[in-house]
Amino acid sequence: MTTYNTPASIYGPVADWATDFDHGDPEYNRRAHEIWADLRGRCPVAHSDRYGGTWLPVTHEHVREIAYDTENFTSRAVVVSTVVPEDPAPIGGAPPITSDPPFHHDARRLVLPPFSPKKIAEWEPEVRRLCNDLLDRIESDVREGREVDAAVAYAQHIPVNVIARMLGFPLADDELFREFVHEILENINGEPDERMRAFERIDAYLMAQIDDHAANPRDDLTGYLMNVELGGEKLPKELVGGFILLLLVAGIDTTWSAIGSSLWHLATNASDRRRLVEDPSLMGTAIEEFLRVYAPVTMARLVAQDHDFHGCPMKKDEWVLLPFPAANLDPAEFEDADRVLIDRAENRHAAFGLGIHRCLGSNLARLELRVAVEEFLKRFPDFELARDEEGVVWSVGQIRGPRKLPVRVSSV
Amino acid sequence: MRIHVDAEKCQGHNRCYAIAPELFDVDDYGNAVVIGDGAVPAELEERARLALANCPEFAITITE
Repeated sequence: MTTYNTPASIYGPVADWATDFDHGDPEYNRRAHEIWADLRGRCPVAHSDRYGGTWLPVTHEHVREIAYDTENFTSRAVVVSTVVPEDPAPIGGAPPITSDPPFHHDARRLVLPPFSPKKIAEWEPEVRRLCNDLLDRIESDVREGREVDAAVAYAQHIPVNVIARMLGFPLADDELFREFVHEILENINGEPDERMRAFERIDAYLMAQIDDHAANPRDDLTGYLMNVELGGEKLPKELVGGFILLLLVAGIDTTWSAIGSSLWHLATNASDRRRLVEDPSLMGTAIEEFLRVYAPVTMARLVAQDHDFHGCPMKKDEWVLLPFPAANLDPAEFEDADRVLIDRAENRHAAFGLGIHRCLGSNLARLELRVAVEEFLKRFPDFELARDEEGVVWSVGQIRGPRKLPVRVSSV
Repeated sequence: MRIHVDAEKCQGHNRCYAIAPELFDVDDYGNAVVIGDGAVPAELEERARLALANCPEFAITITE
């Protein structure tokens, strides 16, 4: 198992989270709920000079307003880091997530059908089988007295395996796909040259996979993208690669984080865990509540033009983080926002974003999260953190979830 | 009671279809449509209200 080294922020320790915040500081994700609550109280739109200038709105109202405003904010770059990709609007490097209107609409229509609820439902037996294969291995570790890491041995494998199957990529390359995700989403303070080399390596891998599909055509998402038409023409190879880059990267550590955070909650809240084991009919509302409270994804935009946002002088090409998880914890929008209520019936959360960029894979993510939690609880109804919070390692960057989650399973 | 989905606002979050599949369907793109003329039988009124209350895009409306 590879352990990735995430470099410390090049900007050094954070002086004040309102004026100097840094999502690349490991403290940020570890203490996210506390930091957002603090900012909500004293400056609902924080600013930091880091990464060339970054804004951080934390209320539901502001996050929503920016998500809907595709004129003043461009999606051409969505990962706040030391490197701003050169890919121009309106397509960007990984459509449709990096695309703006009007290109966005048609690009998105191409990839919506394979991710529609009914198409994704067909994957449920496969996801369930995959979870049980992993649980078989974990169970034998438990019997031999080994500590179980629910993130490393379970959560991280589920989405990577499913998306590799959907794309028709070699399942044996799963470690490589996690490395790609780490390079793009966590290694945001890497040396710019090193980051560019990583992007080139990923691009070369995707091009080789497309070549392999051209030589050996098959019925999978890669084949679909190579044959589908946009404006009456097939997509150029680079654009096929861009779509695949999104599907591969966006579908992996996001869902792995949601599964990990949900298991973290159940490991640290015995009453919720017991209630869910005793009454599985609560699973639907419980999953939506985990998505609300532990929403893994903070998106980002670039300011498209100088403008004033509620008194904040936003300058062209500054970054804006869009913390949907912070919006989900806003007491102005949710009753008892800071409490986890697994039977919360009214839950208008924004875990999958708002507006035209609603997460393309949300139906798949929900399926994987629900099945992963269901099967884990069926196998291990009783578990807790093995070494309290000291053993838990949270991710760095815009995707929030546990990367290490050692748990003690009471009985098998 | 009658339900409506604003196709301009719906972004395919799929919450209504998950909560009340008797009242909502989804098209090939995953966007919501009401089943039939949107009339809600009395026994499904509570679920229609829940679908409305869970739509992140405020795309659902109810008329009495």
